Amino acid sequence: MLLKLEARPEPSQLMAYLSPLLAVALTLIGGLLVFSALGTDPLEGFKVFFLNPVKDTYGVSELLLKATPLMLCAVGLAVGFRANVWNIGAEGQYVMGAVAASGMALYFIDSESAMLLPAMVLAGAVGGALWAAIPALLRTRFNANEILTSLMLVYIAQLAVSWLAHGPWKDPDGFNFPQSKMFADSALLPMLIEGTRLNFAFVIALGLLAAGYVFMQRSFLGFQMRVAGQADAAARYAGFSATRTIWIGMLAGGATAGIAGMAEVSGPMGQLTEHVSNNYGFAAIIVAFIGRLNPVGIFFGSLLMALLYLGGEQAQQYLNLPSSISKVFQGMLLFFLLGADVFIHYRLRLKGGK
Amino acid sequence: MEANLFTSMLFATVVAGTPLVIVALGLLVSEKSGVLNLGAEGMMAMGAVAAFAVTHETGSPWLGVLAGMGAGMVMAFLFGILVLSLMANQVASGLALSIFGVGLSAFVGKPFESVALAAVPPIRLPFLADIPVIGPALYNQQALVYFSWALMWAVVWFLYRSRAGLVLRAVGEAPGSAHSIGYPVIRIRYLATLFGGAMAGIGGAFLSVFYTPLWVEGMVAGRGWIALALVVFATWRPLRVIVGAYLFGGVMIAQLFVQGSGMEIDMPSQVLSSLPYWATIVVLVIISRNAATIRLNAPVSLGQPYRADT
Repeated sequence: MLLKLEARPEPSQLMAYLSPLLAVALTLIGGLLVFSALGTDPLEGFKVFFLNPVKDTYGVSELLLKATPLMLCAVGLAVGFRANVWNIGAEGQYVMGAVAASGMALYFIDSESAMLLPAMVLAGAVGGALWAAIPALLRTRFNANEILTSLMLVYIAQLAVSWLAHGPWKDPDGFNFPQSKMFADSALLPMLIEGTRLNFAFVIALGLLAAGYVFMQRSFLGFQMRVAGQADAAARYAGFSATRTIWIGMLAGGATAGIAGMAEVSGPMGQLTEHVSNNYGFAAIIVAFIGRLNPVGIFFGSLLMALLYLGGEQAQQYLNLPSSISKVFQGMLLFFLLGADVFIHYRLRLKGGK
Repeated sequence: MEANLFTSMLFATVVAGTPLVIVALGLLVSEKSGVLNLGAEGMMAMGAVAAFAVTHETGSPWLGVLAGMGAGMVMAFLFGILVLSLMANQVASGLALSIFGVGLSAFVGKPFESVALAAVPPIRLPFLADIPVIGPALYNQQALVYFSWALMWAVVWFLYRSRAGLVLRAVGEAPGSAHSIGYPVIRIRYLATLFGGAMAGIGGAFLSVFYTPLWVEGMVAGRGWIALALVVFATWRPLRVIVGAYLFGGVMIAQLFVQGSGMEIDMPSQVLSSLPYWATIVVLVIISRNAATIRLNAPVSLGQPYRADT
């Protein structure tokens, strides 16, 4: 081998920001290769996948709509990831948030109160946070690995929503489809732009991104959590509570994921269905990493990831490819990012060229 | 309880537990070398789809198993490049491998979603299969079930009786020392990771070619994660892996137990389907409750990147 990795004296700040861009570039190249391997004209595939979805205002509004749950989930997850709290069950917390908010909407289905929506947002946050509290409790009380417990709870949440949609909450007039009644108008999020589906949840997401920024970069508690993530011995020495770090990390992710779930049922779906789980919770993990666990980065990361979702739908429609191609690109993106990150701490040197 | 019913339950338990045995033993070996691969779910999914596709095209389930194994190894190799050569974070890279593998398997498996494979007949072991009650359950099984038993003894022998196994454990416990006395830490970790990938691929192949035999997106359904939990539950000991795997196998076929018991229980099917996941959580809690158990048994360098700075 002619090249070797050499440790940098200090981590490169520049590379920390360049690495996501490098990963995006590599994913695009990978995309071209995938399209040609599938016998699709790569340039045509590229255009359909990455450009078509955003060619008009409606497309952009759809992009922002798709990015909203990703922003929400990712900003909460980032709070935990910074402190090495590995909540990877955001998908389940998202589902439980959707369930709690739907419960509220269905219980007050005749209500026209303006308080219903705020109550649903709150219910979503609490539902998600409660689901995240289980792994937090098991970790702090019994030392059980939160990666595995939070993930198991994803499957359980999906089964729970399937039971509700097939059983007690099934719409009696719904032709036996596994879905609830349509929500009343008072339980639907108001639209931001006439003629599009972009709704108020986008504003909530922006607000939480800002709140996340203040918490992580400007508050003492956020600082403690950062220290816990980067040097947990130092954090313990300074007397920062590890238990509190875990609780905050888990609950933040659960609450925002729950709000994302609420936004989905109360926005584009308008009802609870069996298919509320749409992989946002997992995609948000990628968003959090590609955004460098930073709210500004997460904003752009979720736009990119939303584009991958929309591109997959376009590819299905116009290129006759399965829409799961999105997940391939999402996975590739994270792979390349993790690989590119090596250059933050190391640089390439020619061997023997000392 | 009727003997027949017991036999069929035992049979089903062993079948359901087998992919967990194979995958968890592979993960155990890679963890013993210090590599924590959370990508088991993705490797299994790729193994399952590759095995199904090849079996469907060639008609040979054994070529299918080989393809599954190969797919698992390719995935493990990607993971190895990230965490062993590029020293990326093992937790994040494992997640990436899972997300990527599950997505890619859904993508390449699309054309196979509506086709079925012919069931592979079991292999009946002479004499043993004639033992009353347990014979037909244990010794009239798929070849991969026998393979899983052989694998367990092979792993036990390798880890605790062979020199190579000793070196592998040394690399997991103290990579610095192993390096200083001349063992190639990274190469050994690559091999252990590839072995884990191969077994995850075979486990996936068992699901799609022998167990169902169908390919459905998401059919691995968390078994890769359960296998990871099993390794912790077994405190990194191969014999306990097989016990745990069959316990989980039993939980997974709980539905059969309920139907067989003749009890009239009005319970949604989702409750029974969620049992393996609850069981995983309960088991993790029980075993992790005592932090010392984990500390004493987990390979010391598990999850830590290693770089020889020379």
